[in-house]
Amino acid sequence: MGVPASAAALLSASWFKPLVFCATLLPLARLVVLAKLDRLGANPIEFVTHSTGTWTLVWLLATLALTPLARLTGMAQWLRLRRLLGLMAFFYASLHLLTYLWWDQFFDWREIWRDVGKRPFITAGMTAYALMLPLAATSTDAMMRCLGRQWRRLHRLVYVVAAAGCLHYLWLVKKDATQPLLYSALLALLLAARLLPPRRRG
Amino acid sequence: MGHDIPPSEITPPDVFRNRRRFLLAGAATLAGLATSAQARLAARPSSYSTTEPLTPYREVTTYNNFYEFGTGKEDPAARAHTLITRPWTVSVEGLVHKPRIWDVEALLRFPLEERIYRLRCVEGWSMVIPWIGFPLARLIREAEPMGSARYVEFISLHDPRQMPGQRLPLLDWPYREGLRLDEALHPLTLLAVGLYGELLPNQNGAPIRLVVPWKYGFKSAKSIVRIRLQEHQPVTTWMRAAPDEYGFYSNVNPAVDHPRWSQARERRIGEFHKRPTLPFNGYGEQVAHLYAGMDLRKFF
Repeated sequence: MGVPASAAALLSASWFKPLVFCATLLPLARLVVLAKLDRLGANPIEFVTHSTGTWTLVWLLATLALTPLARLTGMAQWLRLRRLLGLMAFFYASLHLLTYLWWDQFFDWREIWRDVGKRPFITAGMTAYALMLPLAATSTDAMMRCLGRQWRRLHRLVYVVAAAGCLHYLWLVKKDATQPLLYSALLALLLAARLLPPRRRG
Repeated sequence: MGHDIPPSEITPPDVFRNRRRFLLAGAATLAGLATSAQARLAARPSSYSTTEPLTPYREVTTYNNFYEFGTGKEDPAARAHTLITRPWTVSVEGLVHKPRIWDVEALLRFPLEERIYRLRCVEGWSMVIPWIGFPLARLIREAEPMGSARYVEFISLHDPRQMPGQRLPLLDWPYREGLRLDEALHPLTLLAVGLYGELLPNQNGAPIRLVVPWKYGFKSAKSIVRIRLQEHQPVTTWMRAAPDEYGFYSNVNPAVDHPRWSQARERRIGEFHKRPTLPFNGYGEQVAHLYAGMDLRKFF
């Protein structure tokens, strides 16, 4: 593998996607290492919940950053990462949900159901996850071909997912909303970037 | 209570008490000798103490809500070294016949007790902490409250140079808390100056803080500089910040949820499974009578 001559070459390199894939697994690896070293703090379950939740938002926003990046740089190769980052967001969201279902509620379905109906931040989180399911399920090439034009329409749901994710975070915090507002502002920026006209080639 | 704890985690009470007696004896000896900030405090054991296993020192001193030093749980332990706890005075004032400004060193000469209390945070976690202190009633009685005094307000230090979290208008500084006078005079209500046999670490509210074990943790104001007796119910910091979420009483109550989350269960720090939260944090026998006839859903 040679040194890429340009950013475009880097993005197109065969090893680039596997590299990004490995990078997206680092936050999970960190949790495993910290757990082994007993370094997750006084409330490890809360730590894991917050960490997996935060990384879900990061990968979601990273996914949504690719289209503006492609436009800004004129390099369509960015879009190669869309499915990977989107699926990683789904993966971390699944870990986040599992942490809640298992270590917070211990699969007490009655209590969980009540929580979903009663707590706005859980309603928002569950909505976001439920809307991610069809997106993950239709992420294969075969499904893309099969759904054709409908696929693009369906996958616009990702905007709703990200917005619900930000609300979920915003409604959860006790007082200091700095972090959730930061994520919300970033999301707003990424959505606004889509309204700009695409950069002309050449 | 306690049915979730594996037997291996429970120290037999006699072993525990012996260990404590040994430690306290050592503490008494050392108190006379040591001059460092971490001098051992001599304290008598108390019948109000629980025999539940203690939350380890590391967790008690690294997992704190003390927004004056940041909103992260680890922030106070990392940043509270900027707090200067000597000299320190506590003013007892308001509707009292004998107002007085106490030097904290004088308060340390009060007969101290070790009180092992459960602490339940409004966020849904709990600890068991061996506090050292004296009943708040002792200090209030010294001041001779007037007949018109019905409430006590607690005001924490306001100094953004020492408390970097106060540079942000996150809460309406200084931190204010309050109790009804009968709550303040209740024998369980403690002014703590230490924990685990030593002076309070800064992140736990040094040099002197309130401990009201049957109320959510935020009622137990830290780094107190003024104790004010008054006729009207004080408006506390959290009431001002979110009146629909934090009431004046804030008694631990599994039947009244926080508007955004359930209070039915709690995670004891160090335990995997959650345990049911007890009314008045398990101190109902001692304090429930204070609220006889009150609708605790209304006065949350």
